[in-house]
Amino acid sequence: MHIVVCIKQVPDSAQIRVHPVTNTIMRQGVPAIINPFDVFAIEEALRLKDRFGGRITVLTMGPPQAEDALRKAIAYGADDVILLTDRAFAGADTLATSFALAQTIRKIAEEHPVDLVFTGKQTIDGDTAQVGPGIAKRLGLQLLTYVSAIDSLDLEERSITVQRRSEGGVQVIRTRLPALITMLEGSNQIRFAGMDDMFRSARFEVPKWNKERAGIEDVSKIGLKGSPTVVSKIFTPRPRAVRAQMIGADLDASGTANAVLDTLSSQHLRLAQELGLITA
Amino acid sequence: MSENTAAPAKPKGKKRLELDPRLAAYKGIWVFVEMERGQVHQVSWELLGEGRKLADILHVELGAVILGGSSDALGGAARSAFTYGADVAYIVADPILADYRNEPYTKAMTDLVNRYQPEILLLGATTLGRDLAGSVATTLLTGLTADCTELAIDPDNRGLLATRPTFGGSLLCTIQTLNYRPQMATIRPRVMAMPDAVPERSGRIVAENLQMREDDIIAKVLTFIPDDAQEQAQLAYADIIVAGGRGLGKAENFRLIWDLAAVLGAEVGGSRPVTHAGWLPADRQVGQSGKTVRPKLYIAAGISGAIQHRVGMEASDVIIAINNDPNAPIFDFATYGIVGDAVQILPALTDALRSRLAVNRRAG
Repeated sequence: MHIVVCIKQVPDSAQIRVHPVTNTIMRQGVPAIINPFDVFAIEEALRLKDRFGGRITVLTMGPPQAEDALRKAIAYGADDVILLTDRAFAGADTLATSFALAQTIRKIAEEHPVDLVFTGKQTIDGDTAQVGPGIAKRLGLQLLTYVSAIDSLDLEERSITVQRRSEGGVQVIRTRLPALITMLEGSNQIRFAGMDDMFRSARFEVPKWNKERAGIEDVSKIGLKGSPTVVSKIFTPRPRAVRAQMIGADLDASGTANAVLDTLSSQHLRLAQELGLITA
Repeated sequence: MSENTAAPAKPKGKKRLELDPRLAAYKGIWVFVEMERGQVHQVSWELLGEGRKLADILHVELGAVILGGSSDALGGAARSAFTYGADVAYIVADPILADYRNEPYTKAMTDLVNRYQPEILLLGATTLGRDLAGSVATTLLTGLTADCTELAIDPDNRGLLATRPTFGGSLLCTIQTLNYRPQMATIRPRVMAMPDAVPERSGRIVAENLQMREDDIIAKVLTFIPDDAQEQAQLAYADIIVAGGRGLGKAENFRLIWDLAAVLGAEVGGSRPVTHAGWLPADRQVGQSGKTVRPKLYIAAGISGAIQHRVGMEASDVIIAINNDPNAPIFDFATYGIVGDAVQILPALTDALRSRLAVNRRAG
């Protein structure tokens, strides 16, 4: 079995802060990490490999420094990685990105046919959740989004049964391989990197593929040219009014709690009535 | 947009192409009306309200696309869609569409688009809407902008101006789809206002058949396990939310959040770190990568207020933040702040509330 996991290196948005006075974002020193949603995809692929054997190739498209994310993937236990990097990919929107990744997966499959493709459910920088479905459509893979558990996988029958999150419940769905799965967060916990894999990752020569290596000839489908959407304006959000009014600085927990309820009762009459704190 | 009107000989950076005549034929605004087991998701009505405004600016029709298994249910949804502003309902009823599956829904939607050619197509940014939108946009090879918070029309070229948060919510960007149609966008529940229904409003129905047989479809739904009504997270539409973050220390302390929520009759939410750690189900995450909420009261306990959380909840009327770090960013935008250990403050708040509510109940 051959699994390709698509990941993205992103700035750790939990560490981005907005300057309280100027309302500009402070990007300095914000570390680059593997998109946290993709980590669940890597772990699920590793679990399938534990049960069924096979190989895992982790793929990312990005600038040369995205190599760090792939090195981390090797440390988790990936067999191989590919960094798709070419200036021609710059400015790609989700449609152009899914084209480049789909082409690369096609190329990868020439050597080792691909049974499953995993992605995280979305990234934390773009948050679109569009690239996974895009790759699936382009490669004609069965699309399974928001998967919380893989119930069964039968490599003989080429069938897979998964639980996927839908609005009002969980859909149990069976389909055929090859399929693309976008993995839901919280569905597993990433393993600790083993010693051997850590050493391996330190020495690993990360293969870098440019557009030619990935078999992409038509440059009108990649990068800015291949992107139907263009960003026409970027701006900072309107700041919310003012800093919080602090309550209960000198009080114990119970005193603070009562001070909060007093404030709600006196400053927010309708809310306090709805809560039942005060009677109408 | 005025910077682009001068010097047409050398457009700088931004493409300003004449729309291909073939694409200029695309007219009208469509909203996908999302139905799951006979129920229309409220986001669909919110989008019809917004779509109506855009359609009036462009002087075009507003269409509602309704897909599902039973024509009775679809007819009912169409009548509701008219009351919320739709002029036309495009309906595909087929037992194959009873449960949502990507393949037949993508087929039904792309066939409708190719046949009737709308210039704009809006979908709710729900799990179903995002699954469908990504597939439809790739199949049609057109642009799709996710999670928009504002929609407008460019007076220069009739194009859709779709504004969305980016970079974890720290910036907003406005995105246009130039020489491709339809222009697609998804919008989260609760971002657009719910329109008033006009009961006497009516419209026309266009019914189409699904060009697919069950044998053509590989994916089969074996079962559907509905969420326990009690368990089901209704965060987007909740009036009161108590949310917890990593500052609670450990998973067991989340019980304190549930306790306070029970007394308040509130929904429970959390920040990204706690849903990723499995302390709370993923569908209860509030933030840029989770749900957008706008309750009357939002209590944030042990949440630092990272930008990605902030964008999901800052539209709340009143925000009470509890955090032991006086420099936590959440105090920059909360209404009220308490510097202290959430593990101590939460039970105190639960107790104080319980005793006041009991007193008022006796008095009432």
